[in-house]
Amino acid sequence: MAKTSDVLGEQQLGVPAEQELFINMGPQHPSTHGVLRVLLKVDGEVVTDAKADIGYLHRCFEKIAERRTVTQVIPYTDRTDYLAAITSEWAFVMAAERLMDVEVPERAEYIRVIVGELQRIASHLLWFGTFALDLGATTVFLYAFREREKLLDIFQKLTGARMLYNYLRIGGARNDLYDGFADDVRRFLDDLEDRLHEYHTLFTGNRIFESRVKGIGVLSAEDAIKYGASGPVIRGSGVPYDVRKAHPYSVYHRFDFGIPIGKDGDVYSRYLVRMQEFYESIGIVRQALDQIPAGDFIGKVPRRMRLEGDAYARVESPRGEVGVYIVGRGEENAWRVHYRSPCFTHLQLLGPLGVGGLVADMVAVIGSIDIVMGEVDR
Amino acid sequence: MGVVSHEVLPGVVTTNLRRLINWSRKSSLWYMLFGIACCAIEMMATGASRYDFDRFGMIFRASPRQSDLMIVPGTVNEKMADRVKVLYDQMAEPRWVLAMGGCAVNGGPYHGEYNIVDGVDKVIPVDVYVPGCPPRPEALLHGVLLLQEKIMREGIEVPGVVPAGVNIHGRA
Repeated sequence: MAKTSDVLGEQQLGVPAEQELFINMGPQHPSTHGVLRVLLKVDGEVVTDAKADIGYLHRCFEKIAERRTVTQVIPYTDRTDYLAAITSEWAFVMAAERLMDVEVPERAEYIRVIVGELQRIASHLLWFGTFALDLGATTVFLYAFREREKLLDIFQKLTGARMLYNYLRIGGARNDLYDGFADDVRRFLDDLEDRLHEYHTLFTGNRIFESRVKGIGVLSAEDAIKYGASGPVIRGSGVPYDVRKAHPYSVYHRFDFGIPIGKDGDVYSRYLVRMQEFYESIGIVRQALDQIPAGDFIGKVPRRMRLEGDAYARVESPRGEVGVYIVGRGEENAWRVHYRSPCFTHLQLLGPLGVGGLVADMVAVIGSIDIVMGEVDR
Repeated sequence: MGVVSHEVLPGVVTTNLRRLINWSRKSSLWYMLFGIACCAIEMMATGASRYDFDRFGMIFRASPRQSDLMIVPGTVNEKMADRVKVLYDQMAEPRWVLAMGGCAVNGGPYHGEYNIVDGVDKVIPVDVYVPGCPPRPEALLHGVLLLQEKIMREGIEVPGVVPAGVNIHGRA
């Protein structure tokens, strides 16, 4: 009997040449970050073709969003991109607000920016740890999780949860910042800056690490635009595209921050871009804490929320551009919700980036585009 | 286990074989590194610096053939279900399964949706259920401690307690 990898491989990648063979990577594989399955056509150790097989975590998000009221959908948006729950909530809530013309108080916008940027730090910390773990550096994983736990403590005090917060509401946030929040965050950020220096001395200049990532998985700027990449992947190729600057939302236009870009478009450039983004996020949170005005944390919202018409909103998540499109037909639940996921778009890069490299380079490529399968399959 | 007095025989512990085997099995539960969804991140956090699985003798293995415990951290859908079954079949006995999070317990927030398997126990037998969405690392550790208790009882009849699966009525 033919193996399923051979059947699927021939369907997807064509008949192999005599010396080639198909191998499976995933869905159970320690470095595919969840349940991604990659079909590889290999010639010896060299990858000649690659294709992602997805759908192992399809959880009917868009269908659920049609049946629940808009407020009831917010917890489900957490579970799409579970490493950056706040940003996926934010995109959905912002689309619903645009649809219903709900005014968001200024304080609530600042709360969203602070929490959203802290979420970016938490997500990048986890990426840093697991990316290093994939390349064989176990120590870095333990270091990154140590800092992440400190941040999760702050989140837990604010929202009551460690990972899936259900914190943003249509018109604002669920509760105000607690007393002493600013002190906690400032202390954490000061600590993190020291630690980032430690990470760089520990990992960035490491020769084994550099030989695993430099010149691997090169993506040119034209290709990045052509494939619709966003987030650190497109910035790693030298294109300064960031939704926060290109299409400013919330109160981002009031902050002074830069967009780090890479030179070479390889795995190492994407690594450096993310490491640089830590500092930009730290800067934004500090400015927001200084500027945050007093006022309401949630605005006036209609008691029964009826959706009429359509609206699109996009935010910059740690992984790229997240967009939510809602169509309503005068009822309390949406008629159709579409979720634009950056990871889904980036998965099509596996072929172009991985071909020509070794199977071990595929691990570095997957780590560098930082996929979350919950967001790909939804 | 009883310790024989030091004057009679120094360094001697008396026990029976069953208890010794159970004790050794529960003290080195190697778990499979197998992340499905959100709960996998909490499982990683439990294995990392603060909560530290290692102090229970638990080390992750990437291969099902080397692992004793399968933690199912996340939603199992119809496409994934037969893969979970294959992974379970590849594990060597004795093997245990811990269903982590609402989705693996009974479908959780996705209960009753198309394409979702309502609980991993529809596919493979489960020893310990840990509810939560996602469960905190403390909850996962508590589940592991319960599993260790269960392992210590294996093959030992406690007076008054009927082991699971025994037909006490004597009827077929």
